[in-house]
Amino acid sequence: MKALRNYIDKIKPDFQPGGRFEKFQSVFEGFETFLFVPASTSKTGVHIHDSIDAKRTMSVVILALIPALLFGMYNVGYQHYMAIGQAASVSGWAMFLFGFLSVLPQIVVSYAVGLGIEFTAAQLRGHEIQEGFLVSGILIPMIVPVDTPLWMIAVATAFAVIFAKEVFGGTGMNVFNVALVTRAFLFFAYPSKMSGDAVFVRTSDTFGLGAGATVDNFSGATPLGQVATSTGESLHITNILGEPASLWDFFVGLIPGSIGETSTLAILIGAAILLFTRVASWRIMLSVFAGGLCMGYVAHLFASPVYPASLLTPVEQICLGGFAFAAVFMATDPVTGARTTAGKYIYGFLIGVVAIVIRVYNNGYPEGAMLAVLLMNVFAPLIDYFVVGRNMKRRIKRAAGTNA
Amino acid sequence: MTKVIKLKKGLDINLKGKPAGVVEESAPCEYYALVPDDFHGVVPKVVVKPGEHVDAGTPLMYDKNRPEIKFVAPVSGEVVAVNRGERRKVLDITIKADAEQTFVEFGKKSADELSGEQMKELLLQAGMFPFIKQRPYDVIANPDVTPRDIFVTAWDTAPLAPDFGFVLKGEEAHFQTGLDALRKLTSGKVYVGMPAKAPIAVSNVESVLFDGPHPTGNVGVQIQHIAPVNKGEVVWTMNAFDVLFIGRLLNKGVVDFSRLVAVTGSEVANPVYVRTCVGARIDSLLAGRLTPADYHRRIISGNVLTGTHISEMDYLRAPHSQLTVIPEGDDCHELFGWAMPGLKKFSVSHTYFSWLFPKKSYTLDARLNGGERAIIMSGEYDRVLPMDILPEFLIKAVLAFDVEKMENLGIYEVAPEDFALCEFVDTSKLEIQKIIRTGLDELMKEMN
Repeated sequence: MKALRNYIDKIKPDFQPGGRFEKFQSVFEGFETFLFVPASTSKTGVHIHDSIDAKRTMSVVILALIPALLFGMYNVGYQHYMAIGQAASVSGWAMFLFGFLSVLPQIVVSYAVGLGIEFTAAQLRGHEIQEGFLVSGILIPMIVPVDTPLWMIAVATAFAVIFAKEVFGGTGMNVFNVALVTRAFLFFAYPSKMSGDAVFVRTSDTFGLGAGATVDNFSGATPLGQVATSTGESLHITNILGEPASLWDFFVGLIPGSIGETSTLAILIGAAILLFTRVASWRIMLSVFAGGLCMGYVAHLFASPVYPASLLTPVEQICLGGFAFAAVFMATDPVTGARTTAGKYIYGFLIGVVAIVIRVYNNGYPEGAMLAVLLMNVFAPLIDYFVVGRNMKRRIKRAAGTNA
Repeated sequence: MTKVIKLKKGLDINLKGKPAGVVEESAPCEYYALVPDDFHGVVPKVVVKPGEHVDAGTPLMYDKNRPEIKFVAPVSGEVVAVNRGERRKVLDITIKADAEQTFVEFGKKSADELSGEQMKELLLQAGMFPFIKQRPYDVIANPDVTPRDIFVTAWDTAPLAPDFGFVLKGEEAHFQTGLDALRKLTSGKVYVGMPAKAPIAVSNVESVLFDGPHPTGNVGVQIQHIAPVNKGEVVWTMNAFDVLFIGRLLNKGVVDFSRLVAVTGSEVANPVYVRTCVGARIDSLLAGRLTPADYHRRIISGNVLTGTHISEMDYLRAPHSQLTVIPEGDDCHELFGWAMPGLKKFSVSHTYFSWLFPKKSYTLDARLNGGERAIIMSGEYDRVLPMDILPEFLIKAVLAFDVEKMENLGIYEVAPEDFALCEFVDTSKLEIQKIIRTGLDELMKEMN
C-alpha cells in the first residue's frame, strides 16, 4: 500500500497542469480518489465531515443492483436452454455462464461509452469525475432485452449521457433519469429491437456456447406481451414453452423480459439494501407500490376484454414487467425525483398510477413503467414548487398576522 | 413554564474527549489578544498604539460603521502589537498582561436603577455589546433598534460542548443580574432556553425547557419554537456564557472577562474545564494537556462544527467557551476507504456498519471524506434541521440570490450555525455555512 502511494505521488506531477499528461488530470484524479480516500481537509465551516460521499452512495446502489443482475444472468441462460429444449440436461451453473457471457458485453459497452464521455466532459470542464454514471452504466444493460445489438446500446448510451445529462451540467443537474432516456431512445428509435416476441429470449448461441435449435412450441413473448394480444374474458399467460405460468413464477422471475427486471424477489432484496442503508427514499418506493396497487385495483374492478391488461390482479400488475424495478431503482433517483418530503409521496404515487394507466389503457405500449417515471421526472419540480409554496405561504401569513 | 419543547430532528455526534466536571487553573498566560474577525461584519478602527498601557475595559477599537460599539481590552497591560495582514486588515491587537491587573471603573449598579437608555450606554461603553447578536443577519446587534424580544440560550448542544449548568456554579447571582439587565433593553420578553433535564433557576424572565439532540441548543432553533422572527422584526440573541460578563460588570463595577473553557477533543489527554480569560493565548491552555502524537493536529477555538481553526500561538476567540483538538488527517492515506465496511467511521447514513453501535464514541479528523459534488441526495439536510425551513431550497435561493424567495423561505430566521449539521452530513461536501453567511451579508447590503 505504501509502495502504491509512493508511486502515485511520483507520477502525480505529470498529470498536473503543465505536466506531460495534463489532458488526463481528471482521469488521474478519478483513479487516485478511487484508490485512496482524499486527504484534503476542511478549509471553512465544519471541521469534521460525515464519512459518506458520492462514491460510497453510488457503490451501495450498485451493490443493491447485484442480486437482480445475477438473477437476470441466470434467467437469460435458463430461458435460452428452455427455448432449445435442453433445460433439463444443463446445470444451473452452465445457465448462469451462458447468461453471464450474454450480458457482459452489454455492460462493457455501456460503461466504456458512458464513462468515456464522462471522463472527457470532466476534463473539459476541469471537474473531478462524477460518480453518477457508475450506476447508470449498470442500469442500462439491466433494462434492455438481451438481444439488443451492442451498437444500439452504444448509440443510445452516448445520446443519453450527452443530451440528457452533460448538456444540463452533469451528475446532479439532469432533469431525466439517464438510464431511462437510454431505454426510451432505443424504444422509439428501434422499436422492432426493443419489443415484440423475438428479443427477450436469446435463441442463438453466445460465443459458441449453448448452440441448438428452438423447440417447436417456443414463443418468446413476455407475459405482458401475451396480455396485450390476449382476447376474451380470461387470461392465459404461459411460459415460453406454452405451459401455464403462475403468480409465483412472476414473483421469482423465471419469465422472459429485460435482463434485470424479471425477478421481483431479487429486486426486493435490492430494495432492502437501499432502505437499510437509507440511500433511497422509502417514501417514494412505498408510494409507487401503493399507487400501482390502487390503480391496479381500480382497473381490475372495471375489468374489460377491450383492455386485456385490466384482467390482471393488482398483485400481478406489480410483479410483472418493469414495475418493481422502476419503483425501486428508477423512481428513487434523487436527482430526477421530487425532493421535498410531501412531494415524494405524491411523486411516487403518481408514478405507480400512471404506469398502470399506460399499461392498461394504452394498447400501443404493453409496459408503462418507463414512460411513467420519465413523465413524472418532468412533473417533479412542479410538485416541489407547490410544496415549497405552501411553506412560503405559511411564513407570509404568519408575518401578516403579527404585523397587522 | 412547565411545558417541554421536544425536538426529534438533529444529531448528536458522539466524539471522544468529553470534558470531565473538574476545574483546573490555566498555565500563566502573558499575552492576550482581541481578534476583529471574531465579530462578523465589523470594520475595525483601532484607537490604541503599540507601547500604550491599557486597563481592563479600555476601548481598543470601535466599528467604523457604528462608532458607538466599542471593543475593550479583556486584561490590563501594554499593547505590544497591532498586527495587520493584506491590505492593512487588522488581524489582532496583542496585549502583554500586567502582573497586577488594573481596571476601568464603571461603578457598581443595580439593574433596576438604570433606565433602558442608561443600560444600553453602559453596555456599549464597557464593551459588552459585541457579545449581543441580532436576527436577522446574525451580526452584532444594532443599538439603535429596540428588539422585539431577547433570546438567551443556556444550553450548548454542540459536540463536546461545555455544560452551562456546571460553568454557572457560584455565579448564579451574576447570571440573574445579567438577565435583569437584558430586560431593560427590550419592550418584549427575555426568553432563556435551557435543557429540560437540568433546568436552571432564573426569575423575572421566561424560561423555556427544551429536549432533543443538537442543534436544539442553538438559539435560532429555540426562537423558531418560541416566537419566530418575521420580516421586519428584530430580535437579539445571547449566549448564556456571555450573559455572565454583563452580570459581573453590574455587580463588580469593572469588566471581568474570565471564562471557564472546556478543553476537549480526542487529542486532549484529560479533557477538563480550565479557568482563563477571553483572548488568552492558546499555549497557556494546552500546555501539557495534549497526548503525544506523530501526526498533524487541528486546534479549534470553539466546537468542531462552528469553531475557528487556529494555531497554538493563536488566541482564544471571544465568542468561545470551548477549545477542541482533533487529528488533522491530511497525512493519512486510506486505501479503498469508500468500499470498506467502516466500523470506525461515523456516518448518519447507515452506509457504514458503524451505525449498528449507536453508543460508540468516535475520533474524527478534519478530512472532507470525499470530493465536492452537485447536490445529489435529497432530504439529508431536513433530518438534522429542526426548524420550519426547507434547507435545500433556501440554499438554492441564496446561491441564485433571489431575494424574494430567500425572504419567503425564512432567511431572516437563520444563522450559519443552524446549518452546521447540514454541512456535516452532506454527501456532496458543500460549504453550506459559508453559502448562508454570504447570503446574509449580501442581503444586508441590499436592504440597508
